[in-house]
Amino acid sequence: MRVRALETVLTEKGYVDPAALDAVIEAFETKVGPHIGARVVARAWSDPSFKRTLLDDATKAVLALGVINRIGDHLIAVENTPKLHNMIVCTLCSCYPWEVLGLPPVWYKSAPYRSRAVNDPRGVLADFGVTLPADTAIRVWDSTAETRFIVLPMRPEDIEGWSEEKLASLVTRDSMIGTGFAKQPGEVA
Amino acid sequence: MHGFGKVEPEQDEPVFHEDWEARTQALYRAMSYAGVWCIDAARFAREQLPPAVYLSSSYYKKWELGMEKQLAELGLAGPDELAAGHALRPGKPLKRKLSAPGAPNVITRGSFARPAQKPAKFKPGDRVRTKNIHPKTHTRLPRYARDKVGLVEALRGWFDGRELWGESAEPSLKVSIEAFEPYLEPA
Repeated sequence: MRVRALETVLTEKGYVDPAALDAVIEAFETKVGPHIGARVVARAWSDPSFKRTLLDDATKAVLALGVINRIGDHLIAVENTPKLHNMIVCTLCSCYPWEVLGLPPVWYKSAPYRSRAVNDPRGVLADFGVTLPADTAIRVWDSTAETRFIVLPMRPEDIEGWSEEKLASLVTRDSMIGTGFAKQPGEVA
Repeated sequence: MHGFGKVEPEQDEPVFHEDWEARTQALYRAMSYAGVWCIDAARFAREQLPPAVYLSSSYYKKWELGMEKQLAELGLAGPDELAAGHALRPGKPLKRKLSAPGAPNVITRGSFARPAQKPAKFKPGDRVRTKNIHPKTHTRLPRYARDKVGLVEALRGWFDGRELWGESAEPSLKVSIEAFEPYLEPA
């Protein structure tokens, strides 16, 4: 295998340590992921002042939450409402809010999504089985520099009194990219 | 560029599909930590792949090919060594080496922000036209947004869907990009 040869050569030359590579992979698989973003959204749904801070300065708000201790550059949260639907893409390659969502899924990095999200967002949403009302405006955020975006999905109805942990179970990864909605209370146990 | 077909979401997608993809990601992080390349140089290396190779290679294949190209150009590892599967020459000294305990720190994004060198030329509400540039080097200005009029919103701006795609565009569509100032002129 070509990558194995690459790793062997770089190891023999003293550039990399295979144990460090194992640790990097383990961290990607266990430490980061959409569960972090789901906690951010759950807090925003249950705490109006946190939501204001999040929409005002997501970098600050997310760091204050204390789940992660570092954000590369800027993070911006954009709010979905009945009148406005936000969607995130990186047409240039794969820029994605790792800190809160982990590594991007394959479809996010694929040519179909990268080329069509900016041009035919309703068609892309249809590929996800998502239909928006005709009068909902669409804003697509193309991550072309070092800022990353996260969508604050619409808060489901009938969730009064839910704990943040339970609220987080309604938040899907796709709802934070804008290619899906949050689950409804009836969809989780 | 269009005609790539439908987006295909995958249920319960794993973080990595194949072991070699995970090793590629980790090798990239470890060599970045060693100070070998920065994010834009790595992007440029991938974008320089021949178009047919770029379009037909999977995401991590492009990363791997980009790394091989950079390692050869920097004199850190040659194609002959990769073909042999072993180092044929001693390594060069690098800035630092990633250790296992330090690994969790390299999975967060680095900061690439640079302080502004002079006051911003444009302010929110300004109408701007993106330049019609086609550099041979890396650019962060997407092709679809070249020579288009948009509105500065904050650090970024947006275009009306019809400005980008003409009359067939979704009527309510707005597309936001972040364009570095040299990409812009007043409109």
